[in-house]
Amino acid sequence: MKVYLDNAATTKVAPEVMREIETYSTEKYGNASSLHSFGREARDALENSRKVIAKSINAEPEEIIFTASGTESDNLAVKEIAFLHKDKGNHIITSKIEHPAVGETCKFLEQMGFEITELDVDKQGFVDLKQLEKAIRKDTILVSIIHANNEIGTIQPIDKIGEICRKKAVIFHTDAVQSFTKVPIDVKKIKVDLISLSAHKIHGPKGIGALYKRKNVKLGTLIHGGGHEFGLRSGTENIVGAVGFAKAVKLVEKKDIEKMKKLRDKLIDGLMKIPETVLNGPKDKRLCNNVNVAFKYIEGEALVLKLDEKGIAASTGSACSSKSLMPSHVLLAIGLKPHEAHGSLRLTLSRYTTEKEIDYALKVIPNVVEELRQISPLWRGK
Amino acid sequence: MQYSKKVLEAFKHPKNIGEIKNADGIGKVGNPVCGDLMWIYIKVEKNKKGQEIITDIKFKTFGCVAAIASSSMLTEIAKGKTLPEAKKLSNKDVADALQGLPPMKMHCSNLAADGLKKAIIDYEKKKKDLKTKLEKV
Repeated sequence: MKVYLDNAATTKVAPEVMREIETYSTEKYGNASSLHSFGREARDALENSRKVIAKSINAEPEEIIFTASGTESDNLAVKEIAFLHKDKGNHIITSKIEHPAVGETCKFLEQMGFEITELDVDKQGFVDLKQLEKAIRKDTILVSIIHANNEIGTIQPIDKIGEICRKKAVIFHTDAVQSFTKVPIDVKKIKVDLISLSAHKIHGPKGIGALYKRKNVKLGTLIHGGGHEFGLRSGTENIVGAVGFAKAVKLVEKKDIEKMKKLRDKLIDGLMKIPETVLNGPKDKRLCNNVNVAFKYIEGEALVLKLDEKGIAASTGSACSSKSLMPSHVLLAIGLKPHEAHGSLRLTLSRYTTEKEIDYALKVIPNVVEELRQISPLWRGK
Repeated sequence: MQYSKKVLEAFKHPKNIGEIKNADGIGKVGNPVCGDLMWIYIKVEKNKKGQEIITDIKFKTFGCVAAIASSSMLTEIAKGKTLPEAKKLSNKDVADALQGLPPMKMHCSNLAADGLKKAIIDYEKKKKDLKTKLEKV
């Protein structure tokens, strides 16, 4: 049995999305800048896609900029706000549990002379709103805090963060790549200025992302050229990607979230029955598809490969699986010791995940954990 | 992380797992904070020529794929070797027998030969202690 439980990494393209991709690759393949019918057809498809994505967060179409990825959206938002406002100030606030697309961008800006404050998080991964309020200074130009964490699924109160930022007149960006379509966002209600989105986490194609930019927020560009995307992101528009992205958004149904939540809780409850197991991240205000646990006395890379042998695809925050040989910064930020982070396992669901698959995972994982613990000198059969 | 076929094979079907009760020597290496910990157990007996031979060897390892595979491979290579032969085994010999390890794993996870050396030192120390004890008697 093959069970894919790594949907926070990427998802399968929905068959309905695939049909759109095919149509716009082989029949309606025009360049949206061309004057002829092929071009007009492509332009219409692009603008309709923009409308769909805008509508899903209650934004205006002209507030959506297509990019090539969530990472590019993060770079565009964080760097361009920094560069544009550097006369006003050079202080940026972010959190200790950002995705590298924001975290590394901030480190780059730090090298360029910007000052970065990384907010702490509590044991479940929530930022401290009082600490945020205190951290905002006269020279603060941007707050960037991830909406839902990609590793432990913590959903931040972006409504409250937005209120604080607006009150202090600071621009607020959030990376909503993991939460998009899983946690509702209404930009008319939530005071967020920039939101990064991506298609391939929601059964759309890879290579397409978007940035929501509130109308009155000014932004420069990372990619100069022919002035596409309101002059903010040049390069021939990725119509196939945009159409696929929009279709993926349209396919999302409310009942998907309830279904994933139910299976997620079943999986968490089942895994917590394994002795010496810790849940990473919160029980409530957690992404509907995220499970992250740490099994003491074993190491995650070995666990992931053992599970792979049994057909289960998962991931880990263990140092041994990272390029840097450092444990996940997110797990360290919520207070795990390095050796505890080593035994972490992330399982992420999609709307295609079935109960049968969860049952299979719950049958296999305890055995594999036991097998590795039998090899471990730290395990004494407690 | 790209592992060789040999590494994956040794990881999937590790040999000589466990502890040896009344082991003649135990070698403990690694550090759980950086991710790998290996305990090597050996049993030593004399052969007909009077040479000391590793007749049994087992391991317990907390660590990644490379750590488990290199522990298993070391036990396979070391079994049946004389102590002078076993002492000469290096971490590189183990990595070579596994058709190589990813460069970043060479230092952190490839410790099994060090573990064996420690186990042999432990054995020799115990033997010496016993000898002194006997002489006193």
